[in-house]
Amino acid sequence: MFTCKCCAVSAAALVLLGACANQSTVQQSSVPGPALGRAATAEEIKAWSISIAPGGAGLPAGSGSVQQGVAVYAAKCAACHGEKGNGKPADALVGGLGTLATAEPVRTVGSYWPYATTLFDYVRRAMPTSAPMSLTNDEVYAVTAYVLNINGIVAGDAIMNAQSLPQVKMPNRDGFVDYSRK
Amino acid sequence: MKTRKLPAPAGDPSDRRNFLKHGIVSAGAVAVGAATAKAHAADPIGKDFPAFSVTPGAPFRGYGQPSRHEEKVLRALTPGYGAIAPGTGSSRTPLQTLNGALTPSGLHFERHHNGVPDIDPAQHKLLIHGLVKKPLVFTEAALLRYPMVSRTAFVECAGNSGANTLPAAPQANCGAIHGLLSGSEWTGVSLSLLLDEAGVEPGAKWFLAEGADSAAMSRSMLLDKAYDDAIVALYQNGERIRPEQGYPMRLLVPGYQGNLNVKWLRRLELTEGPTHTKDETSKYSMLMRDGKARQFMFELGVKSVITRPSGGLGMPGAGLYEISGLAWSGAGRIVKAEVSIDGGTSWREAVLQAPVLSKALTRFRLPWQWNGSPAMLQSRATDEKGNVQPARAEWTAQYSAANRYHNNMIQTWAVKADGSISNVYL
Ligand code: HEC
Repeated sequence: MFTCKCCAVSAAALVLLGACANQSTVQQSSVPGPALGRAATAEEIKAWSISIAPGGAGLPAGSGSVQQGVAVYAAKCAACHGEKGNGKPADALVGGLGTLATAEPVRTVGSYWPYATTLFDYVRRAMPTSAPMSLTNDEVYAVTAYVLNINGIVAGDAIMNAQSLPQVKMPNRDGFVDYSRK
Repeated sequence: MKTRKLPAPAGDPSDRRNFLKHGIVSAGAVAVGAATAKAHAADPIGKDFPAFSVTPGAPFRGYGQPSRHEEKVLRALTPGYGAIAPGTGSSRTPLQTLNGALTPSGLHFERHHNGVPDIDPAQHKLLIHGLVKKPLVFTEAALLRYPMVSRTAFVECAGNSGANTLPAAPQANCGAIHGLLSGSEWTGVSLSLLLDEAGVEPGAKWFLAEGADSAAMSRSMLLDKAYDDAIVALYQNGERIRPEQGYPMRLLVPGYQGNLNVKWLRRLELTEGPTHTKDETSKYSMLMRDGKARQFMFELGVKSVITRPSGGLGMPGAGLYEISGLAWSGAGRIVKAEVSIDGGTSWREAVLQAPVLSKALTRFRLPWQWNGSPAMLQSRATDEKGNVQPARAEWTAQYSAANRYHNNMIQTWAVKADGSISNVYL
C-alpha cells in the first residue's frame, strides 16, 4: 500500500481510505518517507559509537603506558609493521619527520598525521587486520603510546588515556588545509 | 562507387563525413557479396552455415553470463599487501575492452581495505545518530519500502591513474592504469529523506559515514551533500548491489572521491565538524609541493581517457579507426571532449554520445584515418563549469612528487609505425 498522510493517520475510517485511494499516489506529507526507522536504543548507540573526534570525544575509560605498548606491539603488530614500526610488509609507522616538503616525502603517523586521536580510533577499529576490534581499550591506549613514543612524540614514561591522548600535539598538526568548501 | 579518399595526413584526424562515406563503401561491398552467395545456394542450405546456426541452442538459465569467448575480459587484480592482507588493494575495470558509458556490475572496479564482508541483510542495520532529534535504526527491509531515485554516476577511486604520477611511465593497458573508474546506474533512497526522518539538529554541519566491513571504513563529509544528491544505494544497474560494491547498501555521493561512497554502510553520525579519520588524514589527502596537504578535497576533477586505441591493443595496419574514450567530471556535465593525434599541438572535437549526464561517464568518439606514421593520442575534457583537464606539466607543478591522488592530467598513448601503442609522458 502506498502511504500518504491520510492513510497513516487512519486506524479510523474506511471513508478516509477510500478518499486516499482516489488521490494521487504522489507523497503529500511533510515527512515524505514511510517513516519506518525505529528509535535507536541508548545501548546500541553506545556500542556502535566508535569514532573518536580530535577533541577526544568518544574516548573510552582505560589507559596504557609505553612500556605496556612494547609488549602489545611485539605480539600484535610487529609481524606486519616491522620491528619498531619500520614497516614491511605493511606501512611504516615511524619516521619521515621534516621530509614533507622535500622531493622524497615520507608520510607516517609521526611525520604526517595531524591528530593522535586518529591513531587510537583507527587501531581500535581496524588493527590488526587479521583480527580487527579484538584489542582491549587498555591495549589500544598502550600501543598508541608506544607508536607515539617511537616517533619521539611522547616520553618513555607516558601514559595514554582519555585525558592525555587529546593533549598530544602532533608534529604536522598544522600541515593540512581544509578544502571542503573550496 | 566513389573513389576511396586518401588517408588524411598525420595531424589531421578525419572528420565525421569521411567516416560515414567509408561506412557506405563497405556496406555496398557486403551487399554484392550476399547476392553472389544467394545465386550459388544449393539445397539443403544448412551446409553453408556454421554449426551454431544448424543445431539447437542452449536452454534457459537463471542468471546470464558473458560468452565463454569473452572469458579473458576480467578485472586486473592489484592486491596491495600480498598474503598478509589478501583483501586489501584493488581490482580494475578493463576499460580497453568495454564500450558505451556503463560498466557491467561484475567488472566494476573494487577497492577494499580488508576484504569483502559476507553480510546477511537480515542482520544488517543502518544507524543514524549524533546531532539528530531522534536517532533511528533502519533495516534493509524498511529501506526497500522507501520511495527511490536513480543516479547514473561514475565512481572513481581518488588513487586512479596514480601510476602515471610515478617518475617513469608504467607500461600497462588502459584498465590497469586508469581502471579504478566505473559507471553505473545506482538506485536507492535519498539520504535527505532519512535524515529528515531523524530530524537534523541545527548544529550539525558534517556527517561521518561508516562501513560494516572489517576495516570499518569511515569518512567525514559536509552535510550539504546529503541535501544535494547523496543516496543510500540498494541497487546497481537494476539488481541489488553486489557484495564487492557494498551489499546490502552503500553511500553514493556522485562526483566525490570513490572512497567517500562508503560501502556496506552501517552508520551515519551527524557532527559539528569532521572526525579526521585515518582515511581522510593519512590517506586520501593530497600532499602539495610546499609540504602542506589538501584535506577534504571531495570533488574529483574533470578528466578523460582514450580507451581505444590504447596501450597494448595495437593497430594492425593503416586505415580507419575510431578513437573512443570516456570523459567525466565531479563538477557536473561534460560539455566537450577533444582529441589530439599529435601530442596536443592540434585538437579536434569528438562527438559526445547521448545522453550526457551530470557526474556520469560520457563516451566520446572520433573517426581517425591512420596513415601508418607515428602518432601521439591525447584527449582533453571540459565540463559545464568551464573546468578544463590540465596538461601534465600544469598538474605536476602543484603536487608533491609523492602525491598519487586526484590525477586528472591529460595522458598520452604513443602509436608507433608498427601499430604498437605505449603509455608515455608528454
Ligand atoms: C596482518 C597484518 C597487520 C597487522 C598484524 C597489523 N597491521 Fe596495521 N596495517 C596493515 C595493513 C595491510 C594496513 C593498510 C590498511 C589499509 O590499506 O587501509 C595497515 C595500516 C596501519 C596503520 C595506518 C598507517 C598509515 O600511515 O596510514 C596503522 C597506524 C597501523 N596499521 C597500526 C597497527 C597496529 C598498532 C597494529 C597492532 C595492534 C597493527 N597495525 C597490526 C596490516 C597489519
